[in-house]
Amino acid sequence: MLSRLFPHPYLTVILAVVWLLLVNKVTPGNVLLGTVFGIIIPLITSPYWPDRPKIGRPFRIAEYVLIVLWDIIVANVVVAWIILFRPQDKIRTAWVTVPLDLTSPEAITVMAGTITMTPGTVSAMLSADGRSVLVHCLDTDDPQATRDQIKSRYERRLKEIFE
Amino acid sequence: MHLYAEIAVSFFLVVSGIFGLVGSWGLIRLKSTLQRLHGPTKATTLGVGGALIASMLYFAFVKNSLSFHELLITIFLFLTAPVTANFIAKAFMLHHVREEELPETETEGGWGGYHDPVGAVRHEVSTKKPE
Repeated sequence: MLSRLFPHPYLTVILAVVWLLLVNKVTPGNVLLGTVFGIIIPLITSPYWPDRPKIGRPFRIAEYVLIVLWDIIVANVVVAWIILFRPQDKIRTAWVTVPLDLTSPEAITVMAGTITMTPGTVSAMLSADGRSVLVHCLDTDDPQATRDQIKSRYERRLKEIFE
Repeated sequence: MHLYAEIAVSFFLVVSGIFGLVGSWGLIRLKSTLQRLHGPTKATTLGVGGALIASMLYFAFVKNSLSFHELLITIFLFLTAPVTANFIAKAFMLHHVREEELPETETEGGWGGYHDPVGAVRHEVSTKKPE
């Protein structure tokens, strides 16, 4: 009964908080309205998202976010350097196949998004069975090392968070 | 205090401007479409990020009011930018990249854009009118 009423409890809380941040003012009316949205939206959208994602260690999320933010800053500088100073024919663009150990769709989505947001790599396609992801690297001299870095830096941590 | 805040705000604005410019320059300079995809996804991170940090600092220290809208913009940007990049990449690949040019999947079934998902049932759409 309770899980019928709140199919995604995390989403309920997140929606209410986002609403409060959007209006930028905490008043009883806004809290009430935010809560109403938080209850109604998950109910309406639950047919499209039937399973509840399992989050094993929520506190690792903070560590993951910090690492990704740091990587984004470092990689931004690297990519800016390549765009500005590297001669066109010396940019070694390559495809990299990254086999996945992750199985939860939410975890794979977060990982693909992370790969795209860190400059220099874009996740382009998933394999038909969902067990590996195709990554486009702007510049790499060692595709194997790029793949290992993605696996050890992001995938290992996501596995701890989601599984 | 005021002076330090203004220096910090200016610093982040300049950083944001530089990366926005470099990202756009990448669009012009890089050769292939897939390479060009790397330019703007980078500009959205540090380019927009710098402006948002500058805005938060400005409201916190100069106007003395906390503003959370910048955080929301960051979150929404991180949710939507990868999806756009992925769609552009896929649309381009299906038109211009043959599957033989890609590396092996190392699993069964080939790459998702070129094949049906493994284990999926193809539903034929009936064109007959119901009687």
